[in-house]
Amino acid sequence: MEILIYGTINSISLALYALGFAMVYGVSRLPNFAHGALFVLSGFGTWAFLNLLGLNYFFSIVLAIVAAGVIGSLIYRFILIRVRGMEISEIIASYAMGLAILEGLRWGGFKGMTYTLPAFVEGSMTLLGVSVDYQRLLVVVIGAAVVGLLWLFTRYTRIGLALKGMAQDERAAMMLGIDSDAMALVAMAFGSSLAALAAICLLPLGNIVVEAGYRVLILAIAVCIVGGLGSWVGAVLAAFLIGFTQILTVVYLGPHYQMVVALLAIILTLIIRPSGLFGRQKELEERV
Amino acid sequence: MDAGERRKERIDRGIKVRSDSLYALMSWRELAYLSVPRLVFIVGMLLLPLILPDMYWQRVVSIVCIYALLALSFDFLAHFAGLVSLGGAFFVGTGGYLAAVLNTSFGLPPLVTIPLATLFGAAICTLLLLPCLPLKGVYFAIVSLMYPLFSMRLIEALDILGGTDGIIGIDSFPNPWIEQYTVIGVMLFFLFAARRLVNMDIGLVFRGIKDNDQAIRASGMNITHYKAMAVFIASAMGAMGGACLVHIYMWSGISQFALDFSILPIAATVIGGGGTLVGPVLGCLILVPISELLRDFGTLRIVFYSLILVGFIVFRSEGIMVYGQRKYHQFERWTRI
Repeated sequence: MEILIYGTINSISLALYALGFAMVYGVSRLPNFAHGALFVLSGFGTWAFLNLLGLNYFFSIVLAIVAAGVIGSLIYRFILIRVRGMEISEIIASYAMGLAILEGLRWGGFKGMTYTLPAFVEGSMTLLGVSVDYQRLLVVVIGAAVVGLLWLFTRYTRIGLALKGMAQDERAAMMLGIDSDAMALVAMAFGSSLAALAAICLLPLGNIVVEAGYRVLILAIAVCIVGGLGSWVGAVLAAFLIGFTQILTVVYLGPHYQMVVALLAIILTLIIRPSGLFGRQKELEERV
Repeated sequence: MDAGERRKERIDRGIKVRSDSLYALMSWRELAYLSVPRLVFIVGMLLLPLILPDMYWQRVVSIVCIYALLALSFDFLAHFAGLVSLGGAFFVGTGGYLAAVLNTSFGLPPLVTIPLATLFGAAICTLLLLPCLPLKGVYFAIVSLMYPLFSMRLIEALDILGGTDGIIGIDSFPNPWIEQYTVIGVMLFFLFAARRLVNMDIGLVFRGIKDNDQAIRASGMNITHYKAMAVFIASAMGAMGGACLVHIYMWSGISQFALDFSILPIAATVIGGGGTLVGPVLGCLILVPISELLRDFGTLRIVFYSLILVGFIVFRSEGIMVYGQRKYHQFERWTRI
């Protein structure tokens, strides 16, 4: 029972980590390696709004999400747009941006165990014989809500449909009058806001540390690769797969192996089936 | 005459055209044109340890050479075999740990462990990367990025090879001069060997794989075989760098798999000019001392060189070396259209 409940929670958190990355990659084929940095940045941002500016918690959360979206779109508009289409430059440029943000935060004194965000709701309850705190339950609720809203958004709104069109076939979308660069900008803004949302939901469970940036990036990549790069449904399913495997290894092998599982999942998936478990087959594009 | 009707044109210098062929042997001037840049570089590298005043900066020279080896390995793989490896640290770590184990467990001296670690390290890396070789582009980049991270976590989780403490008590080089001239010599050897290699037939095949793998396949050549060879050569350079590194620091730990060893060489390649092989070495000569000078600022130096990297990749993606070569070989003038 414990495995089931904590596995679900872990899976939803993984999905939250990964959705922003999957969204940006799916729409603009841009591996956003600054994803982890945006995650940590918005965590510290919320903390700063809350404690340095003394704003109300709800207001600082909204502000952090908006700020992350703005920063993400600025990164796209001024840096990534110039290297779009050159895969390697995309990776290097976005990774370097992420590195600059993370190490800049570390230099700015945001290190150590002293930064925490308060939980939305304190306390815990017993669910089917397992004690779970409300924050974790809230993560599940918010995660499910985000997935659901995203599903509705990509089906029933103009922008959502445009994004979906870009994801399916960029050239055809351009012929139908969808501005590819503008949509990529929107996707980047949404992706960054999703990273911020994930940060705000998940960071109250622990401390805000710079290292989390690298961990989140790896987990997001793991989920997206296993699910198939660019496939959102795949990402959610893969999050459950990896989430439960991680919990099982923690229970039966030890916590050290948690990260090993994620990395092994990436390597094995790429070797055996690079388009992921649920990705569309593009044999020729990805392997010889 | 307004600027709209004129354009700049670039023309090869006469001396370049003459020295491209056998005529180069006819006059001292053409010979000098060809050999002076190379000689300045080689002699400069060899004199560097003698000029520099103290131990600290001599040590920096060794580190520069090791990073140069890694950058060379990245450049060779990325621009000549079309495999962009973000996991240079994997080669370093493998070579470093091998040298450390050979030295501490079997008591071999550094000058024996380094060649052994190079060969076996390269073989191990090639074998482990073999299943990923059919991957292309971003997929290979991601999987190669994961290898060093995975090794790091595995060593941590299994607590093998000294676990998080690393292996200590490794012999250093007999004396600092041997240390410096070994790394400088190795770096120069690999640099010129790689330049020669890419101009040979096999280099042509490598470039063919990068540009159009299906065509190479259609000519009846086994691409994976050639890719494995390229990875072997590149990982030999990386493993050699790692082996020298553990003997210099007399310590081998999981930080050998850290991202520094993957990122700094890439930054150096971008700044120096990818695809020239000399460019990455120049990039290291610039970046590593800067990062040493900025050591006092702690992690701000990583911010600093990340931003340089972004600036170069966005605005000056050709790099210093390509720019320099163009100025050396060609002149520009305004012509009327």
